Amino acid sequence: MSRIYKAFEDKKAFIGFLTAGDPTLGKTEEFVLEMERAGASLIEIGVPFSDPIADGPVIQEANIRSLSAGCTMDGIFEVVISIREKTEIPLVFLAYLNTIYKYGYEKFCGRCEECGVDGVIIPDLPFEEKEEILPAASKCGIDIITMVAPTSRERIEMVVKEATGFIYVVSSMGVTGARSEITMDVGEIVGIIRSVTDTPTAIGFGINTKEQVADYSAIADGVIIGSAIVRIIAEYGEEAGPELRKYVEEMVSGIAHA
Amino acid sequence: MSKGRYGKHGGQYIPETLMNEIHKLEDAYEHFKNDAEFVKELDTLNREYAGRPSLLYFAEKMTRDLGGAKIYFKREDLNHTGSHKINNVLGQVLLAKKMGKTRVIAETGAGQHGVATATAAALLDMECEIYMGKEDTVRQALNVYRMELLGAKVHAVESGTMTLKDAVNACMREWTARVDDTLYVLGSVMGPHPFPMIVRDFQSIISREAREQILAVEGRLPDVVMACVGGGSNAMGSFYEFIDDKDVRLIGCEAAGHGVDTDKTAATMAVGTEGVFHGMKSYFCQDEYGQIAPVYSISAGLDYPGVGPEHAYLKDIGRAEYVPVTDEEAVQAFEYIAREEGIIAAIESSHAVAHLMKIAPEMDKGQIIICTLSGRGDKDVAAIARYRGIDLHE
Repeated sequence: MSRIYKAFEDKKAFIGFLTAGDPTLGKTEEFVLEMERAGASLIEIGVPFSDPIADGPVIQEANIRSLSAGCTMDGIFEVVISIREKTEIPLVFLAYLNTIYKYGYEKFCGRCEECGVDGVIIPDLPFEEKEEILPAASKCGIDIITMVAPTSRERIEMVVKEATGFIYVVSSMGVTGARSEITMDVGEIVGIIRSVTDTPTAIGFGINTKEQVADYSAIADGVIIGSAIVRIIAEYGEEAGPELRKYVEEMVSGIAHA
Repeated sequence: MSKGRYGKHGGQYIPETLMNEIHKLEDAYEHFKNDAEFVKELDTLNREYAGRPSLLYFAEKMTRDLGGAKIYFKREDLNHTGSHKINNVLGQVLLAKKMGKTRVIAETGAGQHGVATATAAALLDMECEIYMGKEDTVRQALNVYRMELLGAKVHAVESGTMTLKDAVNACMREWTARVDDTLYVLGSVMGPHPFPMIVRDFQSIISREAREQILAVEGRLPDVVMACVGGGSNAMGSFYEFIDDKDVRLIGCEAAGHGVDTDKTAATMAVGTEGVFHGMKSYFCQDEYGQIAPVYSISAGLDYPGVGPEHAYLKDIGRAEYVPVTDEEAVQAFEYIAREEGIIAAIESSHAVAHLMKIAPEMDKGQIIICTLSGRGDKDVAAIARYRGIDLHE
C-alpha cells in the first residue's frame, strides 16, 4: 500500500505545503517534522521555480527567497533523504514542468523513488500532456497527482478516471469578484469525482481558517493549506517552527471526522 | 500527443483551470476562420482601419550605398498604431467579440502590442487591461499614456525581472482567475496551442502581400526574407508564405544585447536550450536547473527569454537561420536607415536592418532581399539619445 493511500486511510487528511529552501534547506526539514508533529498527514514540498505562473504573490516570493538562498533540485533530494530517516509521512513535490524536464524525467522519477518522494503535482502539466512523464513515473511507482478545477466540467470524468495518489480539487478561481456561472462548487465536483473513482480527493487554494478546514474536510477526503503556512515562514523566517506547529495544530483540530 | 505540435515543440502546458477555455478558443477560431462574415469583417478592418496592404518599398539609396543585393522593406511601420501588432489584435479582438467576451487582457514589452490591443478594444467596444513589466513602463512611458488615452487600464508588473516575461506571467494568472468574460490576446507566436497558430495566421498577411508584391514588381521571388525575432510574430508572419519556396532564405535576427558571450543577452536561439515554459515546449534562456534566466536587450520588444515553437522547429529542420545582433549594431542600423532612407525604424526592426547591412554587400546585384520593418521608431528616440549620451527625456 502506498504511503499516500495511508494518509487517507480511516481519516480525513490535512495536507501542509511549504516551499523547499525557504528560508534555507536545513529549515525545510525542521518545518516538515513540526507539521507532522502538529498532525499533518501529508506534506507537499514546493520545488522553487523562477516563474511560478499558477501561484499567487505569497508563494512567488517564497520561490524567490529559496532560489536566492541557492536551493536546487539536488539539494532538495538530499533533504528528503534526511527527512526519510526520521519519518514515513507521505511526501509529494509540487514542481513546474520545466524544473523536471531539465533534470530529466527518468532521472527525476528515479531519484524520487530512491529518496522516498511519493508523488508529484505539476501545475502546468494538464491531462492532455501527461504522457510526457507518465511512463517514467509509473516505472518508479511515483503518482502524478491529477488536478481538477472549477472550470473542468465535462473534463472531470476523463481526467480523474486513471488518477492515482489523490486528486487535487482547486476550490476557486482565486480572485474575488470573478465568480461566474461557468464555475462549479466543490461539492458538485467531488460528487462527480466519487462517481468515477475511489481515489481520494483533497481541496486546496485559498483555505486559511479552521472553519474552512471543517467545511471542506466534510466534503472531501482532505484539505490542503499552502499560502497561509508560507506566510508564517515569511514572517518568522528561521524561527517559524513553533508558530507553524501552533497554526497547523489549530487547523488540524478543524478536520471533520471520517 | 497533444495538439499544436511543431516537431517536438509547441503543445499545451497550462493549468487545468485554463484547459476548457483554451479548447473553446480553438473551436471558435476553427469555426470563424472559415466564416465568410468574419473573414469579410476582418478584411475590411485591415484595409480601412489598419491601412493594409502595407507598402513594399524599394530602398534605392541603401541598395546603392551597400552595393549588393536589391533591398526592399515591407513597411509594417506604416500600419495604424505603428507596427505589425495591429494585424494580430484586430483578428483576436474580433474573435473575442464573436465568442461573446466583453473584456480582453494582454501583455506588452515595448508597448506596441499593448497599444494595438487597446486600440482594437476601443474600436470594438471591449474592456481592456494591459500588463507591462514595471521596468518597461519606465522605458516606454509614452506608450503607457497612449494606452490610457485609448481607455485601457495599465498594470505595472512588479514581480520577477519586471519585464516582458513577468507581464506574460501576470496575464496568465489573471486569465486563470477570470476566464468567463475575458480573452487573453497573446501578442506573439508563443504560449499554448492554439495561440502560436492563431497569431501566425493573422500575421501571415505580411508574407501573403509581400509575395504578391515582389512578384508584381520583380517577376520573381526574393533570395532572402528577414525580420527581427523576439517571441517571433513579425518574423513568422514574414516567413510563412515563403516556407514552401525552398530557394528563399529565411533569416531571423535576435537580440544579442551586449553579446552572446555575456550574460546580458536575449538571443534565445544562440544561447537557449530546450524547455517547457509559458505553455509551450521550445527554446529558452535558462540555467541548468530550468530556472528562466533574466534576459537583456536595449529593445523592450525583443527582451524575452523564449521563442515561438514554430521558429524552434524551423531552426531544427534548418529551414530558417537565426542570427544574433548586438545593441550597438542595432543602434548603428537605427541611425543609418534614418539618415539614408529617411525612415525612423523601431529598435526591434533595426536588429534586422543591422544584419541586412552585413549580408547585402556580399550578395550579387541581381539578388533581392525583403526585410520587414516591424514598427516605427518614434517610441525609441529618447532611449537611443540616452544610449548616445544625450540627456533627453520625453
